[in-house]
Amino acid sequence: MTPTAIKLTGLACALTALCLAFLLWGLRGPVGFILELRAIKLAALVCVGAATGAATVLFQTIARNPLMTPGIVGFDALFVLTQTLLVATLGGVGVAQLPDGLRFVAEAGVLMIAATVLFGALLRRDAADITRMILTGVILGVLLRGLSSMVQRLLDPSEFAVVQQAMFASFGQVGRGQLIAGALTLGAALAIAMRHAAALDVAALGRDTARSLGLRHDRLILISLLLVSAMVSVSTALVGPITFFGLLCASFARAWMNTHRHAVLIPAAALMGAAILVCGQFVFERLLRSGSTLAVVVEFFGGLLFLVLVLRKARA
Amino acid sequence: MIETAHLDLHIGDTQILNDISLRIEPGVITGLIGPNGAGKSTLLHCLAGLTPVTGGTVRIDGQDPFSADDTARARMVALLQQSPAIVSRLRVHELVAFGRWPHHQGRPGPDDARHVDEALEAFDLTALADRPLETLSGGQRQRAFVAMTYAQDTPWILLDEPLNALDPRHARNLMARLDGLARTRGRSIVIVVHDINAAARWADRIVAMKDSRVLAQGPTQQVLTPATLLDCFDTPFDTIPHKGRTLVVAQ
Amino acid sequence: MRLWLICGVALAGLCLASLGLGAASLFDGDGGWLLVVSRIPRTAAALLAGAGLALAGVVVQQVVQNRLVEPALTGTPEAAMLGLLAVTLIAPGLAVAGKMLIAAVCALIGMAGFLALARRVPPQDPMLLPIVGLIYGGILGAMTVYVAWTADLMQFLGIWQMGEFSAVTQGRYEWLWVIAALALGLYRIADRITILGLGRTQARALGLNYGQTRMLGLVIVATLTALVLVTVGNFPFVGLVAPNLVSRWRGDNLRANLPLIAFGGAVLVLSADIIGRLVVHPFEIPAATVIAVFGAAVFLWLLHAAPRRA
Repeated sequence: MTPTAIKLTGLACALTALCLAFLLWGLRGPVGFILELRAIKLAALVCVGAATGAATVLFQTIARNPLMTPGIVGFDALFVLTQTLLVATLGGVGVAQLPDGLRFVAEAGVLMIAATVLFGALLRRDAADITRMILTGVILGVLLRGLSSMVQRLLDPSEFAVVQQAMFASFGQVGRGQLIAGALTLGAALAIAMRHAAALDVAALGRDTARSLGLRHDRLILISLLLVSAMVSVSTALVGPITFFGLLCASFARAWMNTHRHAVLIPAAALMGAAILVCGQFVFERLLRSGSTLAVVVEFFGGLLFLVLVLRKARA
Repeated sequence: MIETAHLDLHIGDTQILNDISLRIEPGVITGLIGPNGAGKSTLLHCLAGLTPVTGGTVRIDGQDPFSADDTARARMVALLQQSPAIVSRLRVHELVAFGRWPHHQGRPGPDDARHVDEALEAFDLTALADRPLETLSGGQRQRAFVAMTYAQDTPWILLDEPLNALDPRHARNLMARLDGLARTRGRSIVIVVHDINAAARWADRIVAMKDSRVLAQGPTQQVLTPATLLDCFDTPFDTIPHKGRTLVVAQ
Repeated sequence: MRLWLICGVALAGLCLASLGLGAASLFDGDGGWLLVVSRIPRTAAALLAGAGLALAGVVVQQVVQNRLVEPALTGTPEAAMLGLLAVTLIAPGLAVAGKMLIAAVCALIGMAGFLALARRVPPQDPMLLPIVGLIYGGILGAMTVYVAWTADLMQFLGIWQMGEFSAVTQGRYEWLWVIAALALGLYRIADRITILGLGRTQARALGLNYGQTRMLGLVIVATLTALVLVTVGNFPFVGLVAPNLVSRWRGDNLRANLPLIAFGGAVLVLSADIIGRLVVHPFEIPAATVIAVFGAAVFLWLLHAAPRRA
């Protein structure tokens, strides 16, 4: 086996071990019931971690910037806005009547279209000026978040409750339909991403070089944006907005795998993301008994990493 | 006269200025030349009392710029930093007016207005007075900054590479104006220049620096010799007499 | 002169709208009482908070020589919130003045941290600094949320995070008048602040005591931020939008423009409050939400309309 294969296998083994620990640690009482609860939570954690990790690697490649995450430019904010607008147009009751899975598909579909248009334009316009692109993305995120909270205030309170539930869904109350739809979407997205792994390696060289090497660059960017949107939908629908977590996964994956090859980076980041979340939730919920703060802590370290990377890059 | 005795500046283990003893004559243009990293800019900042030294003394017309209070110092010596990049959106006359700040501390009088007008006049900026700085060309902007320094109305004017990014025409015009200030108004000007021929053409005296030391100082003709230039830049030069001045040509 | 006339008319119009607008009518029996207890304080609070935030913004921009920055993009409000949380935990009975003081001190410390970061950011890329500031604020914010969460103080945090004026009544906003005093003080040193914007070397060459002036400016900014945060909550983007719009229109000579900047901030916040009251009448949208949408849109425009040297 090559060293990268060994590392990937190691990651997969670590993740499996973590999952088993998460399921079986301190198991007592009504075993079947608790196991089912834990299994749902675990599945959600793995899906979210994997989706975030893989989406970030993809997005960094098409933005040609290892500091970006979809969360930083406001993908998740756009998703929340999509959810809000859906409630605003269909009405809270209408949305509540949709089956979980169908609702997810509808939201993800809208996000894929909206994100591809919006971020496609952003990537094209500011490709030459990376800091401006990041700043534009960040402020766009603020704008989208502001817009959704504005629209939410316009809804009447009972409809607002529907959106709020969707926005603050925690690992505890993941709908089963949503989870299945999310897992299927994620699986499909990962498979498609892996099929394009070699082309993504070329795309990372930049538009002109990639085109002169015969790559249909713009088409690949389009596909990648669709994939990123789909994966962000999965993670946001399951746990709500996360900004910096993807940066942790992708940076660790790049540092540890030490390769530019997407065939390695994408699974590595996905495994890494799932492992970090499962491990973090395990530590916080079982050992520290304060499960709800995991997101805050992950964001804290992700933000710190971002700052370090930006400043190191600035000095180089 | 600016006199320095055994100026020394080191940051950690890095020696930036090493035993600098200088006499800079008043009423003339003194050119400060030397390779990149020789310490010219730092020396200029030390002469203006802006960068504290770790040893030695500076005397400007007998006074110590480091112990003078900020206002007194700013009336004694004006410094224009290298390629000043400001983000403020100011009009030319507003920028030049800030040169008067050491004199009025926020309450400008008619005397200040006169000085600003005179500075605008002297650097041919009267027509541009109401233009925002960012709409000016590089040469015009540089002139506006020099005009601010001039409006400070100090006996000593220190300029750090004012010819940077100026085309030959603007460079010549600026130097001719500075020359006029020295000749007709008795201002003393110290100027860091990269273009040795600009120094040869306009400077009365030259200070040549290398590796944080002073290599040579004196009248231009005496310093700009092939031997000194070779020493200073590690590059062979020929010097050719030309219209009473020296022309320096790299071999 | 005409400029001031137009500004005055606009301001008077907005104030009248703000005074007349609300769930209850002024022309019922208790109109006068309503005016004194609720409407006038609310209008005054919006004007003062807006002016204070705009002035704080322009001072920060001059200090770091970057016009894409404002107090809310430097971690200052988050630091103040951390301080307020600490006070609530340790000494909940402290008088408002004491809370204000601690918030201001923490804001100052937070800003000092930002300046330390700013020194490591190369000035050639003006867009990098706001990113660094945003993330720095985000990290401080995450710490604040963590503390609030563990101490069960989330609802306090919610009040500070989202600025609005619906709770402003007589007796609960008077601290904001300190802003008026600070604004006058700032006007006195307007020239010095402009000179700060020329950069350290040039400011010192003009005989300005750079360190002292900068410190004075930062203390004013921290105080303004703390005053607004404690009385009515956090408003992002006001300090960015008002100075930038004035600067694009009239340049950066603060002696001439400070009043205009203060006016711009006041009008911005009061308009946001009025819009927030109108859209879902008789409910309200917090003014901060309205400003976030408007301010972010203006910021995006500034980023792209501005020439690269911001």
